[in-house]
Amino acid sequence: FFPWLVCRWRGGDCWCRTVVSNLPYEDQRPRNQPNRRYAGNAVKTNKYTLWSFLPINLCEQFRRLANIYFVGIAALNFIPEVNAFQPQVALIPICVILTLTAIKDAWEDFRRYQSDRELNGTPCLVYSRSQHGFVERRWKDIQVGDFVQVLANDIIPADILLLHASDPNGVCHMETANLDGETNLKQRRVKSPFDPLSFNATVICEKPNNNLNHFKGFLEKDQIKIGFGIESLLLRGCTVRNTAAASGIVVYAGHDTKSMLNNNRPRYKRSRVESKMNKEVLCCVFLLFCMCLIGAVGHVIWLKTFSSVPIYFIPDSDGNETPSVVAGVYRFLTMIILLQVIIPISLYLSIELVKMGQVFFITQDIDLYDKEKDMRMQCRALNITEDLGQIQYVFSDKTGTLTENKMVFRRCTIMGTEYPHTENGESGKWVGQLWSHQDTTVGRDNILPALPMDRHRHRDSTAGIPSLAFSSPLEREVIPDQNLLWSVKEVERRGVAGHWGLQGATHLEFFLALAICNTVVVSTETAQRQRVRVRGPHNSSRSRGLLPECMEGLFAQFPCLRQLSSCLKSVSCRRHSLSEDPVQSTLYDIPTSSSSVVSEDEVQASSLAGPKEVHYEAQSPDEAALVHAAKAYGFTLLERTPSHVSVRLPSGTTLTYEVLDVLTFDSVRSRMSIIVRHPHTKEIILYTKGADSGIMERLRVIANKTQKHLDMYANDGLRTLCFTRKVVSEKNYYDWLVLRQGAMAAIDRKDELVRKTAADMETNLTLLGATGIEDRLQENVPETIQALREAGIQVCVLTGDKLETAVNIAYSCKLLDQQDLVFTFNTENTFSPALRREVCKNMLSGTLAQLPLYDTQEAKVSVGLVIDGRTLGLLLDSDLQEGFVQLCTHCRAILCCRTTPLQKSRVVTLLRSKLGVMTLAIGDGANDVNMIQAADVGVGISGQEGMQAVMASDFAISRFKHLKKLLLVHGHWCYNRLANMIIYFFYKNVAYVNLLFWYQFFCGFSGTAMIDYWFMIFFNLFFTSAPPIMFGIMDREVSAAVLLQLPELYRRGQHEGGYRRSTFWIAIADAFYQSLVCFFVPYWTYKGSDIDIFTLGTPMNTASLFTIIFHLAIEIKSWTVVHWVIMVGSVVVYFVVTLAFCAMCVSCNPPSDPYWTMQEQMSDPMFYLVCILTTVVALLPRYTLHALRGTLVPSDHLRARQIDNMPPHHRDLWLQEWKKLKDLCASYPSLSSSTAQRYSTAQSPSLTLVQDPSPALAQSPSLTPVQDPSPSLVQSLNPKLAPNQGLNSAAL
Amino acid sequence: MKAGPSRTNRPDNTAFTQQRLPAWQPILSAGIVIPGFTLIGLAFIGVGVALFVTSQKITDLEIDYTGVAATSPCFKCTSFAAENCMCQMEFTLTTLFEGPVFFYYGLTSYYQNFRTYGVSKDGYQLSGDTYYFNNPQDSCAPYQYDSNNNPIVPCGSIANSMFSDTFQLYQVVNGMKKQVPLDGKGIAWWTDYNIKYSNPALVNGSFANAFSGTVKPVNWSKPVYELDPTDQANNGFLNQNFLVWMRQAALPKFQKLYGRIAEGDYAQGLPAGNYTLLINYSYPVISFGGTKKVVLSNVSWMGGKNQFLGIAYLVIGSLCIVMAMVMLIIYAKYKFTDDDEDM
Repeated sequence: FFPWLVCRWRGGDCWCRTVVSNLPYEDQRPRNQPNRRYAGNAVKTNKYTLWSFLPINLCEQFRRLANIYFVGIAALNFIPEVNAFQPQVALIPICVILTLTAIKDAWEDFRRYQSDRELNGTPCLVYSRSQHGFVERRWKDIQVGDFVQVLANDIIPADILLLHASDPNGVCHMETANLDGETNLKQRRVKSPFDPLSFNATVICEKPNNNLNHFKGFLEKDQIKIGFGIESLLLRGCTVRNTAAASGIVVYAGHDTKSMLNNNRPRYKRSRVESKMNKEVLCCVFLLFCMCLIGAVGHVIWLKTFSSVPIYFIPDSDGNETPSVVAGVYRFLTMIILLQVIIPISLYLSIELVKMGQVFFITQDIDLYDKEKDMRMQCRALNITEDLGQIQYVFSDKTGTLTENKMVFRRCTIMGTEYPHTENGESGKWVGQLWSHQDTTVGRDNILPALPMDRHRHRDSTAGIPSLAFSSPLEREVIPDQNLLWSVKEVERRGVAGHWGLQGATHLEFFLALAICNTVVVSTETAQRQRVRVRGPHNSSRSRGLLPECMEGLFAQFPCLRQLSSCLKSVSCRRHSLSEDPVQSTLYDIPTSSSSVVSEDEVQASSLAGPKEVHYEAQSPDEAALVHAAKAYGFTLLERTPSHVSVRLPSGTTLTYEVLDVLTFDSVRSRMSIIVRHPHTKEIILYTKGADSGIMERLRVIANKTQKHLDMYANDGLRTLCFTRKVVSEKNYYDWLVLRQGAMAAIDRKDELVRKTAADMETNLTLLGATGIEDRLQENVPETIQALREAGIQVCVLTGDKLETAVNIAYSCKLLDQQDLVFTFNTENTFSPALRREVCKNMLSGTLAQLPLYDTQEAKVSVGLVIDGRTLGLLLDSDLQEGFVQLCTHCRAILCCRTTPLQKSRVVTLLRSKLGVMTLAIGDGANDVNMIQAADVGVGISGQEGMQAVMASDFAISRFKHLKKLLLVHGHWCYNRLANMIIYFFYKNVAYVNLLFWYQFFCGFSGTAMIDYWFMIFFNLFFTSAPPIMFGIMDREVSAAVLLQLPELYRRGQHEGGYRRSTFWIAIADAFYQSLVCFFVPYWTYKGSDIDIFTLGTPMNTASLFTIIFHLAIEIKSWTVVHWVIMVGSVVVYFVVTLAFCAMCVSCNPPSDPYWTMQEQMSDPMFYLVCILTTVVALLPRYTLHALRGTLVPSDHLRARQIDNMPPHHRDLWLQEWKKLKDLCASYPSLSSSTAQRYSTAQSPSLTLVQDPSPALAQSPSLTPVQDPSPSLVQSLNPKLAPNQGLNSAAL
Repeated sequence: MKAGPSRTNRPDNTAFTQQRLPAWQPILSAGIVIPGFTLIGLAFIGVGVALFVTSQKITDLEIDYTGVAATSPCFKCTSFAAENCMCQMEFTLTTLFEGPVFFYYGLTSYYQNFRTYGVSKDGYQLSGDTYYFNNPQDSCAPYQYDSNNNPIVPCGSIANSMFSDTFQLYQVVNGMKKQVPLDGKGIAWWTDYNIKYSNPALVNGSFANAFSGTVKPVNWSKPVYELDPTDQANNGFLNQNFLVWMRQAALPKFQKLYGRIAEGDYAQGLPAGNYTLLINYSYPVISFGGTKKVVLSNVSWMGGKNQFLGIAYLVIGSLCIVMAMVMLIIYAKYKFTDDDEDM
């Protein structure tokens, strides 16, 4: 209860938790248990108990303003002077709403209770001192300080510090799919030997927190501290794999566990439309106030007109008349009750229903379904669907979002020699072709799962789990470069294994580094993961029949694949023999030898030499690609344990290195290292790999040639990694080790210290070589970006990659165009911070000064902006922010490189807050989480790098191209639907309630309703509720096909074209007009006649219903069966219910007596005439306006609808025409298209775009304004700001 | 979810889930609107003409007998002192007033729809439930109990303020007054008479006994079971005038049916000639600025005389035709330019 008290009592610091073993206290009373203050393992996620349900639930419901409003109205009704309806009757709406909500809450809570009970009752093994062994208990019995054993494939019951594992190396594998969706196995390691009975150490660790990737603490035993981190913690909810048993001490239990602390409720975002809507609701409140005031004042004036008391006045109980002013106040309150519906409380409920429907349709979209991953689009946030239709800025990650994040080893350079791997490039291509071919031909016939090449995907689609471990064919199929292979062979032949001469040894060392320097896990025994199986014999027999034909067909179409066919067939045969086995066999152990594709004998021999096939599980696709590349050259990673790593050499010998330490990757150092001891020479060797920025400055000798190759790779859009080696002397190593261990055991600033020690070791490196890995663009990325841009969406790419790589990808995905004027903001590292700042400032002001020059000319140059992370950091500072934002608004494309996750989110936040624009962030990795959370709409790509991005996102898609349909179609639809629905809802309520208001002018403002109160309830509940909801879910103005073809239609949503303040007021004005008509046409018709109150109300009610329904009918853009059923159904329900009610209710609801009024009216022809006239007059203006607008000023949407209605071939013609027209229009203000380029250069001679012929060599197209009056500006503007130019501008 | 071979996450590819249901997409352009407007316009003009002609055929005669002006025969009855005051109004018909003629009385500035007034009745009492005879509902207050705490039947303000003037119509034939029979039967709603309202069962064979222990409303001169001295069946809650009164008028200016002239010599209507309307003037309206009148009217299928609907139909019909023409002009103009641009 009082944490500080506990801390003081314990005499410890507040940041930590101290855990000791429970065993010595096993028999003692709970009072004496040392760990009793920590939460137990029982979880309780249900909010209510049977007894507390009613009060707590009501309490929660009344926290909502709407409910309080309802109750207030109902309470007013109980004041006799004020009431407008029978008090009991007025309670109905609030009771209905409270009951429905309570039932929903109760049901949800009961479900939670059930799942809690099931979870708490799960058996587990806890050590018992009395029984000297692990005994079975329930999860809920576990306490902090217990020793728990988890067997293979069991779910871990609490957060356990691993102390023992059945594996001799003390390694335990854990699958965290339940927690973060990542299916690759994570290693956990025993740090200290352990025996439950004699365990007398104290565990000191952090307080519970929700960081899944971070944990620190130490074991204190006899003054010795042994530090441990997340790598020793088994997390609740994960599954133990590959390990027979693991045991440890519970450090966090129940609600303190990391998984429970991560278990957030779906977050609530308020959409922009909704917050705007709330303002309109306030307008309605104001309107209500005005109307009530009119009523009150009117009543007072009306009372004053009487000189004496009329016979129909009712004196109060004392026989006195109420003073008129007091009566006015009473009437004010009565009016509130009477006109309460004008504040559309039911709108909130309807919006929720509409959004549920919209989410249903979005997730159902088959175009957003990814066959490979068997994943649909997921909507994680349920209430911001319409925000998708208003996006103005898209912030995208690059790797894994624009690109596949499936790495292909493309080229490498060793000792300054470049090996282009030309065949490999081709192989990549045809593997890709094969894939796409399968997608189209095989996938369509639903025999997709049968292809052996497709192994990986097959498994996914059968099991429904996301792809794991980056071992798609793309990464595995590496064709070695002939020259390199030859030299490797030569070198190896010359030397004995491990004792190569100095000459050429680098080649071997390079591949060894490739194979060793990583964290790839080799899993040969996959028996533990047999969850995924081949389907039953039924299915495999079917696929067996189909397979040969489809394979034949495939090869017939692709003659170049013929050489592959034999290999494929042999594999597929093996598959079949496996499938025939009645015992289900795993798919993991089918050998797919990548190198069997190649005809090189040596390679084939070497890679097929081993009896067991290896399967790699890497945490990043780069690593997988590199290991596979090494394997292709014969350096096969065979085994990796924490203590040693085995590599098979091309010659067949196996080298087993002792692993001394692994300096794991972090983004600050941007490199990783492994320290191993050579088995033969016993040398301690450090292998380091990393980005060139992190490596080059730590080299012993500057490697110019390699640097040149690296630049070339980067220009080709390849990801580069450098590999280095260093021999460490024993002494140096052990000196360093002391520091290292100290750092590991530290709790304060541990990360920093660990990083520092790692950096200390990684000095004086010797460069072995570098690799270029291709990350291919996802399909349709350029088209998608193009479409988004046509839709008026600014696309910004924020990536951690280096500038050249990013710029190159930007060109290839059409983010930047060759015609674009590109400004590059790149301050060199060598400057001092103050100077950098000055340079940056000058660049910014110079650019900004220059920009209007281009804007004012009739030919507007589209501007691209490339910013380096370091410069971005400066620009985000408060004094440069304004300029930066201003610059961004002028740019067509923004590309930020070398950005940290924090910078990404700061850019998003800055633009979002300064420009007030709607932003969307899309990314796939953990480094995008910040950005995704900062944006209005966060989209996660469920890709290769785990699920963190998806977990943080509002929407999860599987390919970048899906963004196009998601925004342009679903976003557009959702926005328009919801905006129209909300407007209609406001209109509907005002139009109906105003009938009552007009009547007040004829009943002395006394608050009489001429419509039965039940009918009013029914009217909102049954008669007119379904149509707007259906309208909000299903209406479709323009079809998906046309929306995709004409992205510019999206612009309406961005400028809130569907839902403006003016739209609202027009709707309200129309509502006033229509209610006037609905009231006064019957009024004049029956004026002076002998009609009674409720008989007059009947045609008004009916005409109002028709008006409201037909109003919607005018607004509905496409009528499907559902529309017809609901619209016609509403009218039918109205008549049925009204007739039934009028026939049954003789005097059930005094004072109103609707008995037989409907029947009476319906037998009178006048009723129909009045209803028809009223409806027509009420709708005439809107209908005419629509008709005139359709003819005089057809909007883009209307034209699109016309196109929609055309037969397909006409439609295509039209679309082409349209596009041509648009291009022509667009060519004047902008330079985006090639035709426009022609126009503009002709028109503006003052501007010449100097286009570098080879973009691969120039960093960006440079610009030279020819007739610029001020030379100083030229320099500061020159986008290719070399350091010296930057200095110049700084000096100026 | 069953683990069948086809178990995938793939969404159903149906027209509904993919939002590809065949849809009718009406586009409101002039081309479609013009015929629509024309049709509506023509139909409305047709209906309007029919209504207008029908309404023109209906004749009605209003006789205001409030007696505000000193010249009015009923002026004498407006003073408070007047008890059982009778006055008579003369009128002349030049042509036959075609039958069946309905005889209404009308009031103005009379807010029967005033909220507290409208509430002031007891539906259970009126349905003949004798429990409520002794215990009228609170809604009737302050006309629930009289000063001696006796329950009032029928309670409430509506009943209390029942219109109490009575009328007799005479045709003056050769100086002799010939009474025109006013049929007061069947002027209330059938459902009111037969279902909604009913009298209490007779007690000891006497109707009056059923009401024992109750008192008449304050303003009434006779108890409810003696409302119609001429016809025993027309008494109690089923008195036709009472039923008509209890059905509250929707608007402050209203008329209520008093009787029909459909019998004997007057079945075809009121022939031309001089008539005298004898009024038993007792209902005060001048105090609140109201007026009283008697209305004679013959009705058609569309009820009483009402010009509004016919005229409205004609106006709207014409408006539609005009709109159609305007549209036509606009359409012709724009169609032309459209062709120039796009084709």
